[in-house]
Amino acid sequence: MDSQLLFSAIWVPFIFGSSLALIPSKVGSKAYKWISLAGCLWPFLVAWYLFFQFEDGLQGGYQFEFLQSTGLDSLGIYLHLGLNGISLPLFILAATVGLAAIFYALHSHADRIQLYLSLLLIMLSGLMGTFSSIDLFFFYFFHEFALIPSFIMIMIWGGVARYAIALEMTIYLTLGALLSLVGLIALYQQSGADTFSMLALSNALAERPLTETIESNIFALLFFGLGILVSLFPFHSWAPKGYAAAPSSAAMLHAGVLKKFGLYGLLQIAIPLLPMGAFAWSPWLITLGLCNIVIIGLVTMAQKDLKQMISYSSVMHMGYAFLGLATFSVLGAGGVLLLLVAHGLSVALLFMLSTSIYKRFATFDMSEMGGLGKIAPNLSVFFVLAIMASIGLPGFANFLGEFVIFAAIAEHESLRWVLFVSALGIMISAIYGLRSIGNVVFGTPVKCNSEEEVELNDMKMFEKLPALLLLGSLMIIGIFPKLFSDKANRDLMHLYGDQEMVLEEISRSDENQNLND
Amino acid sequence: MTNGITSFLQELSLSNQWLVLLPEISLALLSLVLLGFDLFGKASRQAVLDEFKFRISLMGQLAILALLIIGRESFNQSGSFLFGGLVEQSDQTFLMRCFFILGSIFVTVLASRFLSKANLPKAEYYHLCLLACAGFMLLVQSAQFVLFFVSLELVTIAFYILVAFNRTNALSLEAGLKYLTLGALSSAFLLFGIVLLYGISGNPNLEGYTSLGFQFSQLQEFIHLNADNTIVRVGALMVIAGICFKLGAFPFQIWIPDVYQGAPTPTTAFLATSSKAAGVFVLIQLLQGPFLALSEFLIPILSIICTITILYGNIAASGQSNVKRLLGLSGISHAGYLLMGIIASFLIPESFVAVFFYLCLYLLSSFLVFGLLIQISQEEEGQLEIGAFRGLYSKNAFLGTMGIIGLGSLAGIPPLGGFIGKLLLLNVAFQAELYWLIGVALVGIVISIYYYFGWIRAMLTEQESEEKAIAISFEDRIIYGFIIALIVLLGLIPGILISIIQ
Repeated sequence: MDSQLLFSAIWVPFIFGSSLALIPSKVGSKAYKWISLAGCLWPFLVAWYLFFQFEDGLQGGYQFEFLQSTGLDSLGIYLHLGLNGISLPLFILAATVGLAAIFYALHSHADRIQLYLSLLLIMLSGLMGTFSSIDLFFFYFFHEFALIPSFIMIMIWGGVARYAIALEMTIYLTLGALLSLVGLIALYQQSGADTFSMLALSNALAERPLTETIESNIFALLFFGLGILVSLFPFHSWAPKGYAAAPSSAAMLHAGVLKKFGLYGLLQIAIPLLPMGAFAWSPWLITLGLCNIVIIGLVTMAQKDLKQMISYSSVMHMGYAFLGLATFSVLGAGGVLLLLVAHGLSVALLFMLSTSIYKRFATFDMSEMGGLGKIAPNLSVFFVLAIMASIGLPGFANFLGEFVIFAAIAEHESLRWVLFVSALGIMISAIYGLRSIGNVVFGTPVKCNSEEEVELNDMKMFEKLPALLLLGSLMIIGIFPKLFSDKANRDLMHLYGDQEMVLEEISRSDENQNLND
Repeated sequence: MTNGITSFLQELSLSNQWLVLLPEISLALLSLVLLGFDLFGKASRQAVLDEFKFRISLMGQLAILALLIIGRESFNQSGSFLFGGLVEQSDQTFLMRCFFILGSIFVTVLASRFLSKANLPKAEYYHLCLLACAGFMLLVQSAQFVLFFVSLELVTIAFYILVAFNRTNALSLEAGLKYLTLGALSSAFLLFGIVLLYGISGNPNLEGYTSLGFQFSQLQEFIHLNADNTIVRVGALMVIAGICFKLGAFPFQIWIPDVYQGAPTPTTAFLATSSKAAGVFVLIQLLQGPFLALSEFLIPILSIICTITILYGNIAASGQSNVKRLLGLSGISHAGYLLMGIIASFLIPESFVAVFFYLCLYLLSSFLVFGLLIQISQEEEGQLEIGAFRGLYSKNAFLGTMGIIGLGSLAGIPPLGGFIGKLLLLNVAFQAELYWLIGVALVGIVISIYYYFGWIRAMLTEQESEEKAIAISFEDRIIYGFIIALIVLLGLIPGILISIIQ
């Protein structure tokens, strides 16, 4: 029953989305709002229902498993769904951001809005699928399912230079996706498990570990493949341009949820299954992660365009997640998970608010903005809170995520120096965050773009509701992280607990060797 | 002595089971019937007659396809000795025969749309198309080089005419001439290779010599014992060169852009799908049969060919704005991906599943794209540029979807069927440990995204001027809609086709 519900969180938005594309617009002019609302509300309800059904008492592992053959049995590919403590928070994140984004899109006055909503719903269905897949093939498959609509949305409804940007993004992301696909196939072939199921793979690898060279080769494929998808430095250049050009709901779903796919893949699959490979590449994880924080952080400071600034800041924050992964500890992995959820919510909120702000000023250029506090007080409050959350003010989930990651780094004596460098990032984000608040919210109010539309100025209900949803989730998790951490702990212990010991042994044997030398 | 010969001849004539070739024979008869219509039909009712000929050809082929599938037991006798060893059937050849009839049905549909637009004679085209299809079907079943060569020539000669079919068009004539000269050259290569193999296998000084040097099975044993012989190697290489011409693999790809551009669009589609598929299958058959013992010698050579083919096709296509040339060049790269599967078939016999799946999806997607070309083109379809597709989606959403699905599947984007095809190919390449080729294929796929998406992008751009919307008939909507649904379905549930193949 619950497993059928889990599956329905994928097919309901898909069916609703594709039916929206097929209904003639004359017939659908009234119905389309209800159809799309139902399509995005269903996964949200299912996700929370499953959250309460999720049993804590188990040893970790997947619940609500759903197994269905699609005819690729000979390759060991099944539509195998399920949730564990790591995927559950992201599953809920996808449903929450999906609801907010589609609700916001309902009132966006886009041309051909039916097609727009239909693509958003299809994207949502892919997102729900990717975070609930146990089968690696479908994990990848659903990701692509969500990725393609985002390209099309940029091409049709994007901003300036959308065609060139969509093309660049397509090439970059296809490259990343293909690299990780090859990595996944290599994992499947080398493990000898003859199945793409994550469970069977980890069992097979536990019995017959791969050699260190093979592990590190496969990990490299996954690391760089997934890294491109997460906008790892220096493969990040698609992200700011892409998000700046994307229509706001598409940017919310892409930056908020879809981009988490890469880190989720590293967290759930690559590092637990290939610990030695990950260990061999950990200097790269740390170096590139730091580059994301410091270099992209400095670039973010230089942005004058509000949407560009948010895009760059989202690239920058991914650096903390890479650092967290490089600690190979339960604590670090837990911090990454928290940060993923928190960042997803906060960046989606920021993209949404930036579009709302654009509607007030008719520009994204921060130097031409000012006095939003007087023009639209409610919107300013939301904006200030969202920026505060994003730069890591205590009380919001982002703070906890970053804090836990720092704590995990501090546990490793050899990594202390990383702490000092990454602390720079906190200052950098405080600088650009506060400066943007100063530019946008305070200062003398510029003339409204049209005097007649004064009543448009403050936030409408359709803007408030999704903003409240996202901000509320951020605060709930920030104040009460136990909500997710309890459920995630067992799985993190299961996946990362052994690893800590293995790594300790490795480092001990390294030390012994050094002593012997 | 005479007794021996008589009994041999008896055995031969007993093995002539004409029934198993009934589908091919009916295709040939159908093609003659079509010509008969022109002989007796009245010129005043040309339009009705043309439509009638199209229906007859289409229905006939559908009936033959149904006949072949329903009577599978009688038309596909795996493992029995047929026509004195000329013909050999297996489940794989059965699949390929179905594939070719399907391909020729698609070409017939495309041709009926194209020929009435271009005002060209119909019956001859359908006639040649059916003959070429029968030739393809014989080709894949031949187990002996004489039949192999004869059926290949049947196909090639039909294509000489089909390519130059548009006689008033200079481009088409040029394409015909190019195809003729280069096709003749490749036939010469092939024949030379066959003769070398035949000659050397009859040399009594060599171990295991045989007087039946045309026979694949005899040749396999002979080559197994003499794999190091230079003449054997040269002969095998020449045969492969002849086939690479059909496949459009480097260095025999040079004819492709010009011929694809100049040939009438249905012919281009035919060349791109059936002709390429025939080359792929024949190559697999030869590599798993006579040339099996040469694997150590051939794998490096084929790998080099595959690498250059993938890179050449994709790089050349990325600078192209003429759509037919682009399709030709990207077709070269598809031949490269298929070659990867072919090389894997040396080591992993199951790779046929992957290759055949890829071929089927390539056929379906190409059909959509070429169908779109015929719908769009005004007069000079050889000059059609990507720019002509600008704003297609807003002009006609159905045609736009058709193009996006077709191109998306060619590019291998999930959830479309083309993605599963690429995945299966990559998977067998992994099993065969062809890591280098996998890397090259990845580079190729990423480049291909550039030009396929450039095209899709053009379709999605907004309409600049108020041009009139393009219409598409209800019948076409049903045909193409069915293919679109099939491509999506095969991407979501690929098991349907895979279980059929296995």
